Amino acid sequence: MKKIIIILLLAVIGYFLADIFFEIPFGEDSMVVSKEYLDKSPNDLHVANTVTSIVVNFRGFDTLGEVTVLFLASTAIGSILFRRRKVHTKLNPQRNAPHASRIVQISAKILFPLIVLLGAYVFIHGHLTPGGGFQGGVIIATGYLLLLVTYRKFSVSHSSLTWIEAIAGVTFAGIGVLGLILGKDFLENFLPVGTINNLFSGGIIGIIYVAVGFKVASELTGILDTMLSIKVDSEENEQN
Amino acid sequence: MSVLTVLIVVLGAIFLVVGAWYVLTRKDLLVATIASSIISLILSVFFLILQAPDVALTEATVGVALTTIIFVVTIRNTKRMEE
Repeated sequence: MKKIIIILLLAVIGYFLADIFFEIPFGEDSMVVSKEYLDKSPNDLHVANTVTSIVVNFRGFDTLGEVTVLFLASTAIGSILFRRRKVHTKLNPQRNAPHASRIVQISAKILFPLIVLLGAYVFIHGHLTPGGGFQGGVIIATGYLLLLVTYRKFSVSHSSLTWIEAIAGVTFAGIGVLGLILGKDFLENFLPVGTINNLFSGGIIGIIYVAVGFKVASELTGILDTMLSIKVDSEENEQN
Repeated sequence: MSVLTVLIVVLGAIFLVVGAWYVLTRKDLLVATIASSIISLILSVFFLILQAPDVALTEATVGVALTTIIFVVTIRNTKRMEE
């Protein structure tokens, strides 16, 4: 009896699903919004990279949400794993670990500024070339990762990272609020758009991507530094 | 599509499937992590071929560098072998 009821219910659900499925026009282009994006971003907003203009201009609120999620994740990791620096300098187990070889140390010294330069290029030119704030920030964090892995005594100052992160986040949200004050929508473009393909074009995209780049770089560097120095705790516990 | 692109795609697809099987079956977690990082590298080349350079950049930085190092640090502080 139970099985018959289940089969009947499935048949009813299947009928309605099939009904809706055959209503959908097949092979016709019904994507109106993508045409709007492709038409508007080079012509009205003067942004060469359409992906960037969608992410920052049309869906800026989503990007703000993503940055907030990343901030929450880094805060959670820091609050669980972070210990004060004083403990580290005394008991840092990485000091006793074998040093990286001379070749690795010198290549890291040469490569680090180049990696940071590449990251800065990627987020400053986010509205012209592929990439953007998130990618550039991750590239810079990778450069710091190279130094953290190579030099045992290298450490980053977490208080300055927090300040950079806070200023960048406030800049992002502040630009949105400034748009509201000037009579536009939240995170709508209010600056002059300039000429397409120039560095100073696209309105607020450049400022927002520089802020996002600094924010992501500082957050991920903080996460990496915290994670690379957690062995202190386990050794302390073993000694106790 | 040129012959070279087709060759890269076919070789990459084979490497992807073999690498995914390797990651799933290995008991040594460090080896599995390095294999998954190689999978990310091949995927980022695929994204570049499919003309999505934004996604390729993200995959190359996050998938190859950051995720791998976080897994390696975690393995260093826990156990290397899967039981």
